[in-house]
Amino acid sequence: MPDDAAMARRAFLRGLAGTTATVLAAGVTLRTFGAEAAGRAPGAPASSAVRWGLLIDASKCADGCDKCVSACREENGWGGSGRPETDAQWIRTLTVKNPRNGATFSLPMMCQHCANPPCVDVCPTGASFRRADGIVLVDKHICIGCRYCMMACPYKARSFVHEAVTDQKPHAPRGKGTVESCTLCVHRIDKGGVPACVETCDAQAGGAMLFGDLNDPESEIAKRVATYRTTKIRADLGADPGVLYRNI
Amino acid sequence: MAKIAYQKFEDRSPAYLGALALLVALVLVGLGAAWVMEHEGHIVTGMTNQVVWGMPHVFAVFLIVAASGALNLASVASVFGRDEYKPYARFSALLAMALLIGGLAVLVLDLGRPDRLIVAMTKYNFRSIFAWNVFLYVGFLAIVAAYLFAMMDRGMARRPAIGKAVGWIAFVWRLVLTTGTGSIFGWLVAREAYDAAVMAPLFIAASFLYGLALTILLLAALGRFSGRSVLTDNMTARFRGLLAIFATATAYFTALHHLTNFYAAEHRDVLRFLLVDGGAHVGVFWIGQVVLGTVLPLVLLIVPTTIDATSRLIAASALFAFGGLAQIYSVIIGGQSFPLRLFPGMDVSSGFHDGLAAAYRPSLPEILLGLGGLALALSIVGFGVRLFPFLPKPAR
Repeated sequence: MPDDAAMARRAFLRGLAGTTATVLAAGVTLRTFGAEAAGRAPGAPASSAVRWGLLIDASKCADGCDKCVSACREENGWGGSGRPETDAQWIRTLTVKNPRNGATFSLPMMCQHCANPPCVDVCPTGASFRRADGIVLVDKHICIGCRYCMMACPYKARSFVHEAVTDQKPHAPRGKGTVESCTLCVHRIDKGGVPACVETCDAQAGGAMLFGDLNDPESEIAKRVATYRTTKIRADLGADPGVLYRNI
Repeated sequence: MAKIAYQKFEDRSPAYLGALALLVALVLVGLGAAWVMEHEGHIVTGMTNQVVWGMPHVFAVFLIVAASGALNLASVASVFGRDEYKPYARFSALLAMALLIGGLAVLVLDLGRPDRLIVAMTKYNFRSIFAWNVFLYVGFLAIVAAYLFAMMDRGMARRPAIGKAVGWIAFVWRLVLTTGTGSIFGWLVAREAYDAAVMAPLFIAASFLYGLALTILLLAALGRFSGRSVLTDNMTARFRGLLAIFATATAYFTALHHLTNFYAAEHRDVLRFLLVDGGAHVGVFWIGQVVLGTVLPLVLLIVPTTIDATSRLIAASALFAFGGLAQIYSVIIGGQSFPLRLFPGMDVSSGFHDGLAAAYRPSLPEILLGLGGLALALSIVGFGVRLFPFLPKPAR
């Protein structure tokens, strides 16, 4: 069966990717997380001493590469139904072209986990919220599906679930009639892991994405942010994204 | 001033009963549409992840804005002491409540999870203008109900100071309410078509216009059904003047908003999209809002013709109401259809419609839901006037 073969191939690649990531990223992981490596203890609140963030080096994003997108889709189970206008899209790749000279670059775009998130400000029930450690999430229990957050998000990072969903992942509950977006793989972070997109980009693509604690001066991400010029997209809006970019 | 005599609407003409039956049928169809949307999900609507608010919001916002304006005649009478408007005060308060209930019903039934209405009523994020609006809307209903009581109760009639005080509270409240509705858009910093403080006064001016237009249309309709018009010649002339002022004010704020965007180079693209090359949105603005919704009715009101004044007033009111729907459509759908710009000045593309104007085709269920809300408002009026003496007795 071709499907079975594809499944087996995917499972093998996933295993390989996981192993590779573990081998390659072990040192980085230890250095990046420091005291947070063990993750968050069950029942312990998220710490405001931490600000989780991403640093994305767009110069390492190959044209047409969407490994981070497929990794996220697989991890969080938001696979499309073939209706692109209504399908959820937690992360997408943007191609940006300078109309004057045709120069282009690509980058992944997802929830920017803002310090001043407009989606959280406008949410009438408080379903959109920012965790103390900087991760912006939707409480699926109290989202009423008004979509005001989607009107407010400058990054078009949120999706509305337009139809019934099946095969949900236990760690990423979804529901028809509610809004969702990138969770920064909070389920992995709480266990001391890294987001699926970062892991896959490291293992299978250019290693363009670095995850870590922006507040910890000893973390790799904070060191690189202190060393190189980084950009926050639409910084003029004052939302203060936790996702930073290089070489854009 | 002479004591005003009020009456219940007791006409049983086939036209009235037929209209009422049609409205009830439309309400039921609207509920059915909401059930389909809730059951199947918003996949059965034309709304997408690009245009997240659609026809239900056009109807809901139009009705909510009009609700605030429908209170005009009551406010003019009790706040500004113009007794000639007093005979219409009760009816205008009834219409205000009915329109708000109709609009809110559409808004609630369009939610992705309408079953969680109790969540919206019990959990508040006070940084959200939406949450504030929940209080403003519920408060409006309570205050206008108290206002009606003050106007209609015999005991209260002996204490005009209380009626005047409630009238003032209602007047201020409705200005705040429409400020809140306009600010739903005005405070959206992410979208270029919005993000403007002028949205609040624009919505207030528009509320005066839509509300008065609907008040006139319904008074005229009830007069036609019963064969006894409650629109006197004297009031026709006054309504004509008020409509002209409100339409001019709405046009002024609209022009101010667009001219401000035209002046700022960063916003010229969105203005161009809405007014020049945005496909259907261009027609909605120029033909729907400007020509049919503003210029033509103003001409009807101002330029003398052989057509009688009442007919011109009614035709102008119908055109203003239509223009109002076009205006709200232009604001809500047009504003969302222009793509978000993550890299101003650059061409952006993706598999998620970045950099592209969104296509929106409203589906039948969402249109029926919107019409159902309008029908709900009108049927509340249709039944309400039978239950209580909201209408003045015709002079003749």
